[in-house]
Amino acid sequence: MPTVSVKRDLLFRALGRTYTDEEFDELCFEFGLELDEITSEKEIISKEQGNEKAEGASDVVLYKIDVPANRYDLLCLEGLVRGLQVFKERIKAPVYKRVTPNGEIQKLIITEETARIRPYAVAAVLRNIKFTKDRYDSFIELQEKLHQNICRKRALVAIGTHDLDTLSGPFTYTAKRPSDIKFKPLNKTKEYTACELMNIYKTDNQLKHYLHIIENKPLFPVIYDSNGVVLSMPPIINGNHSKITVNTRNVFIECTGTDFTKAKIVLDVIVTMFSEYCENPFTVEAAEVVFPNGKSYTFPELAYRKEIVRADLINKKVGIRETPENIAKLLTRMHLKSEVIGDGNQIEIEIPPTRADVIHACDIVEDAAIAYGYNNIQMALPKTYTIANQFPLNKLTELLRYDMAAAGFTEALTFALCSQEDIADKLGLDISATKAVHISNPKTAEFQVARTTLLPGLLKTIAANRKMPLPLKLFEISDIVVKDSSRDVGARNYRHLCAVYYNKNPGFEIIHGLLDRIMQLLNVPPGEKKGGYVIKASEGHL
Amino acid sequence: MADGPVAEVLLRQLAAADGGLDSAELAAKLGVEHQAVVGAVKSLQALGEIIEAELRSTKRWELTAEGEEIAREGSHEARVFRSIPPEGLAQSELMRLPSGKVGFSKAMSNKWIRVDKSAADGPRVFRVVDSVEDEVQRRLQLVQGGQAEKLGEKERSELRKRKLLTEVTLKTYWVSKGSAFSTSISKQETELSPEMISSGSWRDRPFKPYNFLAHGVLPDSGHLHPLLKVRSELRQIFLEMGFTEMPTDNFIESSFWNFDALFQPQQHPARDQHDTFFLRDPAEALQLPMDYVHRVKRTHSQGGYGSQGYKYNWKLEEARKNLLRTHTTSASARALYRLAQKKPFTPAKYFSIDRVFRNETLDATHLAEFHQIEGVVADHGLTLGHLMGVLREFFTKLGITQLRFKPAYNPYTEPSMEVFSYHQGLRKWVEVGNSGIFRPEMLLPMGLPENVSVIAWGLSLER
Repeated sequence: MPTVSVKRDLLFRALGRTYTDEEFDELCFEFGLELDEITSEKEIISKEQGNEKAEGASDVVLYKIDVPANRYDLLCLEGLVRGLQVFKERIKAPVYKRVTPNGEIQKLIITEETARIRPYAVAAVLRNIKFTKDRYDSFIELQEKLHQNICRKRALVAIGTHDLDTLSGPFTYTAKRPSDIKFKPLNKTKEYTACELMNIYKTDNQLKHYLHIIENKPLFPVIYDSNGVVLSMPPIINGNHSKITVNTRNVFIECTGTDFTKAKIVLDVIVTMFSEYCENPFTVEAAEVVFPNGKSYTFPELAYRKEIVRADLINKKVGIRETPENIAKLLTRMHLKSEVIGDGNQIEIEIPPTRADVIHACDIVEDAAIAYGYNNIQMALPKTYTIANQFPLNKLTELLRYDMAAAGFTEALTFALCSQEDIADKLGLDISATKAVHISNPKTAEFQVARTTLLPGLLKTIAANRKMPLPLKLFEISDIVVKDSSRDVGARNYRHLCAVYYNKNPGFEIIHGLLDRIMQLLNVPPGEKKGGYVIKASEGHL
Repeated sequence: MADGPVAEVLLRQLAAADGGLDSAELAAKLGVEHQAVVGAVKSLQALGEIIEAELRSTKRWELTAEGEEIAREGSHEARVFRSIPPEGLAQSELMRLPSGKVGFSKAMSNKWIRVDKSAADGPRVFRVVDSVEDEVQRRLQLVQGGQAEKLGEKERSELRKRKLLTEVTLKTYWVSKGSAFSTSISKQETELSPEMISSGSWRDRPFKPYNFLAHGVLPDSGHLHPLLKVRSELRQIFLEMGFTEMPTDNFIESSFWNFDALFQPQQHPARDQHDTFFLRDPAEALQLPMDYVHRVKRTHSQGGYGSQGYKYNWKLEEARKNLLRTHTTSASARALYRLAQKKPFTPAKYFSIDRVFRNETLDATHLAEFHQIEGVVADHGLTLGHLMGVLREFFTKLGITQLRFKPAYNPYTEPSMEVFSYHQGLRKWVEVGNSGIFRPEMLLPMGLPENVSVIAWGLSLER
């Protein structure tokens, strides 16, 4: 769940009223957010680095709010406030408009070299925007949040925002050999080639995580303006020349990436959130993007989509009985402007560009339920009449468990994952003979394979408890895993039973007796002749 | 012990004694350790009213080790005095003697000696008087002889300050005859034996009362694992509610059933290397139901069934990747798919409780393996209200009654709800489970009829 950190007082000022912590917590709960933590910069530094380092840090109260992972429109203070105000019916949802400029439209031309590394780009302009320090910080923070979430750590989409007044279009998005790219990156004082930058950023705590996206590729993506000024080398770093400051008035935004849909969504989110601060609020200036095949698109899309849903469908799915007008009101509170149409039973819902998460009528149903208030819904029991059945293997396991304990053995619960040595070397086997399933990305050696026998787990349990009074009598009835090409995934579980007796004397007769008892319970007679069981020595290993 | 020699002697002595006797005195008289007498007293007490014993505390003065040394050799100051010849002794030499430092200042304050600082080769010490009385030694010897009371309070505390005397507390018993006193102790029986019954001798024997304050002998029993006991309880609850147990005996799952069939997009963070255990061997699923796979692919990439879809390039090789299942919802998907193939549709209630795997680093609150509990109801016309109703019944059986529901997000359910319960101990609402109605994009490609809804909820056993 993404967490958004907002200054409490800023939040309350924008909401137009103050709340106690409990009241705000309650509001969040209703809306589907979670007020995770109330803290301050000072407290955060204090916790992480100690009290001395926290001296002089701000103790402005911060609210850390957990936001659902699919709500990109709630990832910044601006979005949260807008969402909550509409929810509380204090404001009407703004209508976002794309406008064509009076003068020339900004153009971004994509060359074919980008196709192999980062083919897609979108762009837009925020005209005559007014930043304050808080708005500026929020703007940068939102980009970072989007990068971490929908952009999948910049791999899918990378955002670049630039001071348009320092540049001159048309812009070119191309890909070049790293040695041919040279510019002064953000916050540095001299120019570097791309190769040098890749080296320098290896030790940068923030940027080193993104290097792998383009590292070792023959061509790196790069955006130039008409004067050859580098805007950015996505997804790594922007150029210093077009750096945005609090005083920037016109912002050029470009998003590049490997997922076209996500790039468009990301652009829409940024411009809808911050166009609030443009001279003409909630308007975004269009930009044109020309693809290598000559096709040109205008962005941002800011598409409004209409869906028609029957009122009784929503009532039925939620379990309520609201009139179509009421339902339309509920949806409008969730930023889904709705009105009753047709025969009075249909509701036409307008889905704004900020709600890219609404892709099916069921999303609309959920929003209606949220606005209604989950805890206001009447509970009912389904009339589904079914006869229950146990899974036979589990039924047998339960019966045996109780009898094993009655026989004086204690149940253990051990990990299904272990090291290779545990199931091979330590048991005198070669790993290839075990038909074990191997894990490709274990964090530690303890998770290299799935167990093919329960014995190592029980032995480890005994080792950890060897100081306890003897004897130790342990058992476990649980699954092991082996490869099996007759199964659709290529592996299967087997239910195993394992028992271990640990004492100063090995007590073979005790385990033997336990086995006899188990067979007795399972109604399996001793002796091969009766179709029963026999015990034989195994060759040298288990 | 009560029938031991010391006890018998004690009883005889007591019979002869007037009023009573002191345990310490008796011990000295018999030449045995005081502890032995105390033991006999205690065991006689256990037999009933044979004796009465009163605990007494007496204080005695004893010499410390240093005190004993001085009683023998004399006080430091006396020794200093004695070691000074008539012609005197150099102070430096005096100080080097064993009792020198301590004795010198005491002898000086007693005015037994004097120092001539003007002597030729350094300060010289001379006797002032001809002889001295070693009072300290005399006093200590008095105490040693057991006559400490002859010393005054002030004198005793002075010696204690010098760490030559200590006060010792001695606990003794004053033993007197009890109401059932007798010199012959009959042994009390602790057990009734078959011989006593058959001979009838039990009628004449005294029996020792049971000590109910001691613990009994715990039976040598086996035990069930506490977490698995909870699992059994939950299985029971589901069965009581009419839920059928799904097969979940496959830890290994393909990405298809674990993610794609559940309408979880291929670029979703949960499919990351960080959160999921992927397999090296077998790396890919061998078989997938291809018709169904194509429908899933279309729904993800283009939409359909009333959905816009995610609009991305869905890749088959991504879906083939094998992993250790991250939830048992993959088993639910398989069960629902099987249900969808059966025509006509019959409503069903399923549950499972089994192990799931997450690629986490282990710490106090995170495990790489844990157990997930999942319940599913598939029927016509199920609503969010029904889901809440089922949850209420389910949690009530667990003893959790105060519930609140909060909007949440899962890739495969919409609407989704987090279930909260009020924890009396922590005095706050804590999350106890997650739930929702499965998305049509998940159910319809399986072939389930359009008016069938499937509600589901899950929680972890470990919580």
